[in-house]
Formats: sequence, C-alpha cells, structure tokens
Amino acid sequence: MLSIVFFAQTREIIGQGELSLPFEQAFSNLENIRTHLAQQSDKWDLALTRDKLLVAVNQEMSPWDTPVNDGDEIAFFPPVTGG
Amino acid sequence: MISVQTQDFDIGALYQQVTASDNNPLGYGAIVTFVGKVRDFNLEQNVSGLSLEHYPGMTEKTLLNISQQAKNRWLIADPIIIHRVGDLQPGDQIVYIGVASAHRKAAFEACEFLIDYLKTQAPFWKKEQTEAGYQWIDARESDQQAATKWANNDE
Repeated sequence: MLSIVFFAQTREIIGQGELSLPFEQAFSNLENIRTHLAQQSDKWDLALTRDKLLVAVNQEMSPWDTPVNDGDEIAFFPPVTGG
Repeated sequence: MISVQTQDFDIGALYQQVTASDNNPLGYGAIVTFVGKVRDFNLEQNVSGLSLEHYPGMTEKTLLNISQQAKNRWLIADPIIIHRVGDLQPGDQIVYIGVASAHRKAAFEACEFLIDYLKTQAPFWKKEQTEAGYQWIDARESDQQAATKWANNDE
C-alpha cells in the first residue's frame, strides 16, 4: 500500500488530504503515480499538473523519475512559501 | 535546535539560548539573528491575516538537514531555527534564525544560507486573507535564485 498525501492548493483542489493506494508493479516511478492519479477526473488532473508541482518520497523532495516502493509515503504539493 | 510551533517566541530568550554554553560550548562571540514578520501588504491588497500550513515530520527533517549543511559549511554552533504555523496577524513574528560563530563573516553567511534554504526547501505554505478573500501566496523566483546561488557557490 502507498500512502499519498497532499498539501496547500493541491489538497484544496482535490478536496482531500490523504489516501491509500494499493501498490502495483506498474508504479515504477513518481511520474507514473502522478499520471495514474491525474486520470481520475478533471479536478485531479488540474491539481496534479506537473508544471510547478513538487513531490516528496518518505518526506524527502525527489525528482519525478525516482523509483517507488511498496509502503512509501508520497506527497504532492506546490512550491513552498515559508519564511 | 529547531522548533515548528503555533506559539510566539521571545527574541531575548532565544538570544540567551544562542549564546548559552550548552548550545555554544566554544563561546563564539559573533552572533547573527534573523526575524521574519507578517507584512500587512502584498501585491497592493491589504492583508488582514495569514495562515501557515506545513507538512509535519518533513518540515522538521528539512530544517535539521539544512542546519547540518550549514554546520558542515561554516564553523558555527548549532543554529536555532524557530518557525510558526497556524493563524497569524500582520506584524506577528513568523521565523527566527540564530547563529553563533567565531567571526562575523561566517555568522552572516550561515544565517543567510539558512533562511534562503528554508524558503525554498522547507514544506511551509502561506495563505493570505485579504479584502478579496483567501489566496495562496506564489513562490518567488528571486527566492529560488538566492538558494541556487549557494548551491552553485559550494566551497
């Protein structure tokens, strides 16, 4: 199982903060997960547009071609604006 | 020392902590501190409040990581980084960074490095309340450029 979490605008557009996704072998990297989720509806597609979207695996920001393993926590969010 | 918290912080008490012997065992005498506050204007719309969201767990990990990077790069005591989350008002303090070093150059540089990296890597997001309603703040290209400058200038 993958644990997927969303923050800020991404969370607001999707309308939920987290979900569990059964792991599949086809999920070879982060980009595959993103496209899988974006296919669900226009709302998801909009929230997960790759332009400016960031992704973290197990709480570390990672490039889109990073491999995914069963049990990973994957977070999608917009560019950060703290400080 | 890092802390992500809803409550305000006391700059005087934090200054004592930066210079205290348990945090600064070598008694470094060059202290640089940075405080960020909520502005009451942005893009010409008056801001009446700010809400700060974060990614619990990753935020702390990221702040510890950038603290360690600063310690690897400069001869400094353990930096103190405080960042507030939740609902804030114009004028409220948001972020505190305190660095002690033997010399001012290292202290200034490490402090600037820490805020530049915090702004581009730590998972915080600001949402402003204005007369026109809530709006998420866009990340600024100038912040990214400031962080990239350090990465390109790795000594």
